[in-house]
Amino acid sequence: MANEVVLLNFQPSPYATRVRIALAEKGVEYERKEEDVFNIKSELLLKMNPIHQKVPVLIHNQKPICESLIIVEYIDEVWNHHSPLLPSDLYQKAHARFWANFIDQKIFPIGSKLWTSPSDEAKKAAKELVENFKTLEQELGEKPYFGGDNFSFIDLALIAFSSFFHSFETLGNFSMEAECPKIVEWANRCLERESVSQSLFDKFQTHEAVLGIKKMLGLDS
Amino acid sequence: MAEQVKLFKTWSTPFGLRITWALQLKGISYEAIDEDLSNKSALLLQYNPVYKKVPVLVHNGKPISESLVILEYIDETWKQNPILPEDPLERANARFWAKFSDEKLILSVWSAFTKEGKEREEAMDASLKNLKFVEEELKGKKFFGGEKIGLADIVFGWLGNLLPIFEEVSGLKLLDDRFPSLLAWTKELSELPVVKYNWPPHDKMIIKYQALYEKFHPVK
Repeated sequence: MANEVVLLNFQPSPYATRVRIALAEKGVEYERKEEDVFNIKSELLLKMNPIHQKVPVLIHNQKPICESLIIVEYIDEVWNHHSPLLPSDLYQKAHARFWANFIDQKIFPIGSKLWTSPSDEAKKAAKELVENFKTLEQELGEKPYFGGDNFSFIDLALIAFSSFFHSFETLGNFSMEAECPKIVEWANRCLERESVSQSLFDKFQTHEAVLGIKKMLGLDS
Repeated sequence: MAEQVKLFKTWSTPFGLRITWALQLKGISYEAIDEDLSNKSALLLQYNPVYKKVPVLVHNGKPISESLVILEYIDETWKQNPILPEDPLERANARFWAKFSDEKLILSVWSAFTKEGKEREEAMDASLKNLKFVEEELKGKKFFGGEKIGLADIVFGWLGNLLPIFEEVSGLKLLDDRFPSLLAWTKELSELPVVKYNWPPHDKMIIKYQALYEKFHPVK
């Protein structure tokens, strides 16, 4: 049976970005369908992800897979002939899942408060966000990638949010370079990979979108 | 080297209970250490410096934290009585529901338990909506995993004891005959020896959650 791969996508979404990077790493050919997430969700999206009604959704031979990291693990298991995304060592694998989960809980949900919450909550969020980046920097240590010598699961989980680093800094009133220089260095290293540079949404366009959301929520200061 | 497995948990944590079930289902020998979270042991802080929480599994000296991460590690390390299916699509589905339990259902139920007034009503509505999704996923099946329990059953296990305790303490009505498949499932689950013999003591749970409820709903 032909391998039919469709991605329900929203280009600026960091979660969809993760999936685009994973597909590029594996060299998988796929059809991209852009969803207009802030306006009208397509019937296909509502059918394929009825519970969350969110992107990304990977549709493989008509069957949907939802949730970005679950999709990435699926991609790794199905297209397992090259470019492994998860380590084969079971303890390292658990370690990778632990940190990907940390990133899921502690980066974007906190960082997005900088443009969705009122000023005092946003200030607290900025402080917490910096602490979380410092924790990640400690985990990175002297390694070129979180995965060691090779780009892998944890790197993929985090790099998608690098489009938002500029917004984090600007709205949070801090400097990533000053607070966590190793993370900045790591992000630039990741950007040298074609799968990453091709997939990341532009940081300035991201910032425009972020400011738009802030304005829409009446949080213009 | 002889295999050394330790599980750090508390007597009541539903997240630790999952790991107990998984280890016992696979017949793995382990040492259980019950922590007092108001006075965390130096070992716990050393093994889980990021969150300082239970459960933590320590396998031959190497710690793993976060219950879903631990469950996958156990399944991959000890292959007997698998918790996850082999097919990648089915695995993705099991993981989807595990995430739904912990990121949507638990949160909405906890909000219903702890909040008041309008927030409580909204949390109730959200909880019922979430339970309906789970009911539909379960329909026609003995367990989420099919004939045998799998990841989703283990992760939803708190619906079998913790949710009824919340209901008893708060008067909330959530898991009732609006959800016949889920009710039947809690009965099937509770019949399994590994579940039946490991539920934390009911009376002790009521005391604990009654005290917690009163903290969130102080009598004016």
